[in-house]
Amino acid sequence: MRATRPFASLALSALILTVLVAFWQIASSSGASQTGPVDAEYAALVGAAAAAGGQSPFPSPAEVGTRMLEHLADPFYVRGTNDQGIGIQLAYSLGRVLAGYALAALLAIPLGFAIGMSPLMYGALNPFIQVLRPISPLAWMPLALYTIRDSGASSIFVIFICSIWPMLLNTAFGVASVRREWLNVARTLECGRLRTALHVILPAAAPTIMTGMRISIGIAWLVIVAAEMLVGGTGIGYFVWNQWNNLSLADIITAILVIGIVGMTLDQALAVATRAVAYQD
Amino acid sequence: MRRPFVSVEGIARRFPATRGAPPQTVFEDVWFGIQEGEFVCLIGHSGCGKTTILNILAGLDRDYEGAVVVGGREIDGPSLDRAVIFQSHALLPWLTAEANIAFAIRSRHPGWGRARVAEACRSWIDLVGLTGAASKRPAQLSGGMKQRVGIARALAVEPKILLMDEPFSALDALTRGTLQEEVNRIVAETKLTAFMITHDVDEAILLADRILLMTNGPQAKIAEVVVNTLPRPRTRHDVHHLPGYYDLRNHIIDFLVDRSRRLARTMPPEWNPRRVPEVRPALAA
Repeated sequence: MRATRPFASLALSALILTVLVAFWQIASSSGASQTGPVDAEYAALVGAAAAAGGQSPFPSPAEVGTRMLEHLADPFYVRGTNDQGIGIQLAYSLGRVLAGYALAALLAIPLGFAIGMSPLMYGALNPFIQVLRPISPLAWMPLALYTIRDSGASSIFVIFICSIWPMLLNTAFGVASVRREWLNVARTLECGRLRTALHVILPAAAPTIMTGMRISIGIAWLVIVAAEMLVGGTGIGYFVWNQWNNLSLADIITAILVIGIVGMTLDQALAVATRAVAYQD
Repeated sequence: MRRPFVSVEGIARRFPATRGAPPQTVFEDVWFGIQEGEFVCLIGHSGCGKTTILNILAGLDRDYEGAVVVGGREIDGPSLDRAVIFQSHALLPWLTAEANIAFAIRSRHPGWGRARVAEACRSWIDLVGLTGAASKRPAQLSGGMKQRVGIARALAVEPKILLMDEPFSALDALTRGTLQEEVNRIVAETKLTAFMITHDVDEAILLADRILLMTNGPQAKIAEVVVNTLPRPRTRHDVHHLPGYYDLRNHIIDFLVDRSRRLARTMPPEWNPRRVPEVRPALAA
């Protein structure tokens, strides 16, 4: 890639954003909802849009912006189980993702070490991994709900099961491909198994392991939205589904943007961690 | 006869027959000894198993016949007493030069505190001329500097034997010469026992007390031991002016270009693997 001029690309980004928002503004204002004779009592009962028989209009950027500011101004309110601030919902989702992800890391990294260091373990566990890995994490949901009997814990389990594979496979690969010469150095220095594992294999494999962890957090954040739509109750996924039931598109668009920004932040945090353990050979 | 400090007794490396390929013997009947404080070089063409022999001495390769006895005990795996300087320097790239050396020091002295390790590090860094580069990572160092760290790391475990696998072959001629002198000086000062594999005839003549000549593989053997009678101390500047230098050099080169191949097919009937003939070509002058 050629050297980029940050200001030029920033300006272009701003231009693209302006054009997109402008199109959105024009499109949402032209498709005005049709007005007809409406029984006032019926409209009061079901809402003006539904009474008119048409769709509620797609919100304009200004409407979404206003809604977004409202959410940002008061993100942590609680007004009953079905009306909680977007910050609270995000905190629920992040809590589940981090819990499931941490559990997966606790299992995947030591197990990956074992698989990477022992061809026997690799041979024994490989068939299980190959069968379990392609299963959509949501397919586990009914089984989890049946056995765990708790929707929150079930979504944590689904995050666990989807984020374990990239970490497990990358750890195993990273550990198995540590250079023979570095292991020989450890052997000639009479390093024990633990010292070799912690001071030679772990730093050597760390960039590969971190890459697996970065892939995992991305998948976990994708899956939590779907899982929460399914189990309901709390979380950003449930928030999106709830606003769909309220036909509040402005809230949904706000949530979508927030999901994107949080996902990007998680990814960038792991990118920083990956750079911290990287080494130049 | 008393056993030498290092005694290599009839080692062989064989690969069993696989589908379509007959069994292979890389080298066999290899007997030699190294006296305490002696510097021995092994010269031979690629594929005769030189590196395998070094790895066996280091304890890294355990798939061999025969025995290696060091200080009266058969070796069983790697040991801090036998340090290795690797051809590819094999530094840990995520550690600084200093930390690479400290890693070795902590292997020998697990009980040492931070300050003591740092102090020992500094003295090794000064000894190999790395002052000022201690906090750099291997990727930021030149090839010669990297191998200096490799040398310091090997010395830092205070070994009895220094094993070197073509340590300078990846360096340019100028750097190689400087490092040869350094190794020559350090080994003389510390009175280490040293075993080096090399392709470089001049390097062997500069450094070694005895030079083992190996025939081509397969079934490589040590055909001859050349005793280096040139007086010490030798330096790169004057070694080629010493009387007998060219007789020594020509003898080794003749072996490498011609006899190593001829002898690989048939050894003379009087050749005894357990008592390989010693020659002193430099004395013929």
